[in-house]
Amino acid sequence: MKKGNTVFFKNKPRVESFAAVCGSKEKEGIIGQYADIALDDDMYGESTFEKAECKMLTTAISQCMEKGGKSEKDVDVLLSGDLLNQIISASFAARDYDLPFLGVYSACSTMSESIMLAAMLVNAGYVKRAIAATGSHFASAERQYRYPLELGCTRPPQSQWTVTGAGGCMIAAKDEGVKIVSATMGKVCDYGVTDVNNMGAAMAPAAADTIIQHLKDTGTQPSDYDMILTGDLGALGSRIVKDLSWEKGYDISKVHVDCGEIVYKVIESEFQGGSGAGCSAIVFNSYVLKKMQAGLYKRILFAATGALLSTVSSGQGESIPCISHAVELEL
Amino acid sequence: MTGKTKENYNSNYLNYVKTQIPPTRHFKNCLSAFGVGGLICCIGQFIRFMLEYIGLSGDELAGTTSVVLIFLGCLLTGLGVYDRIGRYAGAGSIVPITGFANSVTSPAIEFKTEGWIYGMAAKMFTVAGAIVVFGVISGVIVGLIYYFI
Repeated sequence: MKKGNTVFFKNKPRVESFAAVCGSKEKEGIIGQYADIALDDDMYGESTFEKAECKMLTTAISQCMEKGGKSEKDVDVLLSGDLLNQIISASFAARDYDLPFLGVYSACSTMSESIMLAAMLVNAGYVKRAIAATGSHFASAERQYRYPLELGCTRPPQSQWTVTGAGGCMIAAKDEGVKIVSATMGKVCDYGVTDVNNMGAAMAPAAADTIIQHLKDTGTQPSDYDMILTGDLGALGSRIVKDLSWEKGYDISKVHVDCGEIVYKVIESEFQGGSGAGCSAIVFNSYVLKKMQAGLYKRILFAATGALLSTVSSGQGESIPCISHAVELEL
Repeated sequence: MTGKTKENYNSNYLNYVKTQIPPTRHFKNCLSAFGVGGLICCIGQFIRFMLEYIGLSGDELAGTTSVVLIFLGCLLTGLGVYDRIGRYAGAGSIVPITGFANSVTSPAIEFKTEGWIYGMAAKMFTVAGAIVVFGVISGVIVGLIYYFI
């Protein structure tokens, strides 16, 4: 059933298992206690950062299956994506499995988009079990979007730090566990922000648009949720999204939490907090789902945000189009 | 929303964003750039005195001093120290010759994984290329002005 841009899942697909792998810097923060594997070495025993990113993703997918007590035979499809050109990490991770693979790219909102698609497939009955996973790596993202790692340049105060980590969850038609109730497909929003260091400000309108659309379509108020979780807006973007939704008549300030804002212990070099596909993936697949399973949160709205730019488009002076997809979960 | 309305809306939003961005601390940045940049120059001067002491002079002395500083810049980049200095010093560690060494060495290290020729060698000047181009152009302009006056 669809209303507005929101699809409602009648059969209530459920999160069967979830797993997260985080890097050494993330380990120091709150996620360190919740992640399944916290790395001490960001190279993860590999020779390049791209291989390390791929290995983290593979580990997250395997952990998902292991924790759910399932093997490749039981899973019908893998949906995955990442930030690198031609989503190599996801595709290379998929070659290790005997599974159909659907590549997804939605920048940092890949996690919510792949969960949404997996839930749609499961709800419709086309597949019994699907895995949605994504990840990112600070060093590989830095090389692709910014400068070499060792270059001694300063970061502006509005910048964010790409999270090293990967997370995934297995979605199946079951009777128990966290339900996926509905999902809102996001629209691309562009408010003309051209500063590639200021992703929070670029993505906030997309997040506000999708959250408000979801609230309208479901006929709910922010107070109906225990938590409205955005992906990687950072401290600055979080302030903006609260302002934007307040302006439209929805006060989300009491329930809003941003993954990027909570992922790091506050250290000055990250400025506004974490970003990247891995940011929402590790926070959602460890901290949030564990707390939901424990019954601390009953109903949450997970709206990860993505900036759909490339180094070419930003070099040519284009503004940054952004997107956000939302998934509503209930215990 | 299209055309003029969209434009107005966007410019309103951008103005609002500007008020939210935490300000760059120019005074603090300038001060640390002055301190670190000055320190690097002092080290250079110290090296120069030492080389003079062992008997070098003129162009040889200036050249050797630069070579030693470039070597130190490359070494600290390789050891992963220079980017940490750069994070706090800003322009202070970019402007001296050690900063140029850093801008050549860091992509060389970064792109080594893509092979020696198409990776390391070809991409070595991705950052420094701009410095070389505009360095030469400004050199020519200053040279011409100097020639005519």
